[in-house]
Amino acid sequence: MDSIKYVQDQLIKRNDIPEFKPGDNVSVSYKIKEGDKERVQIYKGDVIKIQGEGATKTFTVRRIASGVGVERTFPFNSPNIGGVVVNKRGKVRRAKLYYLRERTGKQARIKEKKVFKK
Amino acid sequence: MNGIIGKKVGMTSIFDENGKMIAVTVIEAEPNVVTQVKIEDTDNYNALQLGVDKAKVKNTTKPLLGHFKNAKTDPLRKLIEFRDFEINKNLGDTISMDEIFQEGDIVNAIGISKGKGFQGVVKRHGFHGVGDMTHGQKDRQRAPGSIGAASYPARVFKGMRMGGQTGNKRIKMENLKVVKMLPEKNLILISGAVPGHKGAYVIIEK
Repeated sequence: MDSIKYVQDQLIKRNDIPEFKPGDNVSVSYKIKEGDKERVQIYKGDVIKIQGEGATKTFTVRRIASGVGVERTFPFNSPNIGGVVVNKRGKVRRAKLYYLRERTGKQARIKEKKVFKK
Repeated sequence: MNGIIGKKVGMTSIFDENGKMIAVTVIEAEPNVVTQVKIEDTDNYNALQLGVDKAKVKNTTKPLLGHFKNAKTDPLRKLIEFRDFEINKNLGDTISMDEIFQEGDIVNAIGISKGKGFQGVVKRHGFHGVGDMTHGQKDRQRAPGSIGAASYPARVFKGMRMGGQTGNKRIKMENLKVVKMLPEKNLILISGAVPGHKGAYVIIEK
């Protein structure tokens, strides 16, 4: 088991992704290759789940794009992720926010968590 | 054929240069010891016998102890013969994985698959079962169905797929890619799955 951890530490781990939780609103800059050109697409939405451990850990971001709910899952360690910016901290009471899928409009909002500086 | 004996550590996934995720099996291949050299003149074929994993003397039979004494090595747990080895080695030499493989090589992996015991045809051969729970049927959901005709041929053909021991069998996975090598820890990463449980011996051959 230690050897697996060694492989992950050596080859895949990246530490530049900030800490966030389900319910937070994030912007993911995702690198897209078109032919030989590379551009960065920003995908903004709410984190509805964080899944897995180690090399295969992923997070899923849900957003409403022109009236349709879109969910995208990103691996934490993917080299295609340019960076993640946390816009808002959300106040939620569960780890997987699947209930948002049935809600639209005002009901689908997540209360913001007030963070006070100590 | 060149090869080495390793041990399956487990699976994980890594990213390739395009950012694509690939599932890999991690295999630990400590340097193998040459325990016997067979040559055309005396044995009618060329081969190298490799061994790995130190064993206790009390757990080794006396005939094998003599065999290891000839090779001037400690008793080993696993011995495998590789025919027509392309690297020349002498008795008692060690052979490490980076002498044989490079990143990007296409290899085969041989192991003993996980044993599943006596299984029915649905698990063993992918049958779909006879089917319905209703329409007058009972207890037929995983049944094999008909196994042949009646008075002609009046027998069941050989090779008819039926239930039986599943797994725990030597399986060769062909055309796997060496994705990465970590020589400092004797680790080799092979794309895809490799037969066997964690800690099982795996032969990687090229």
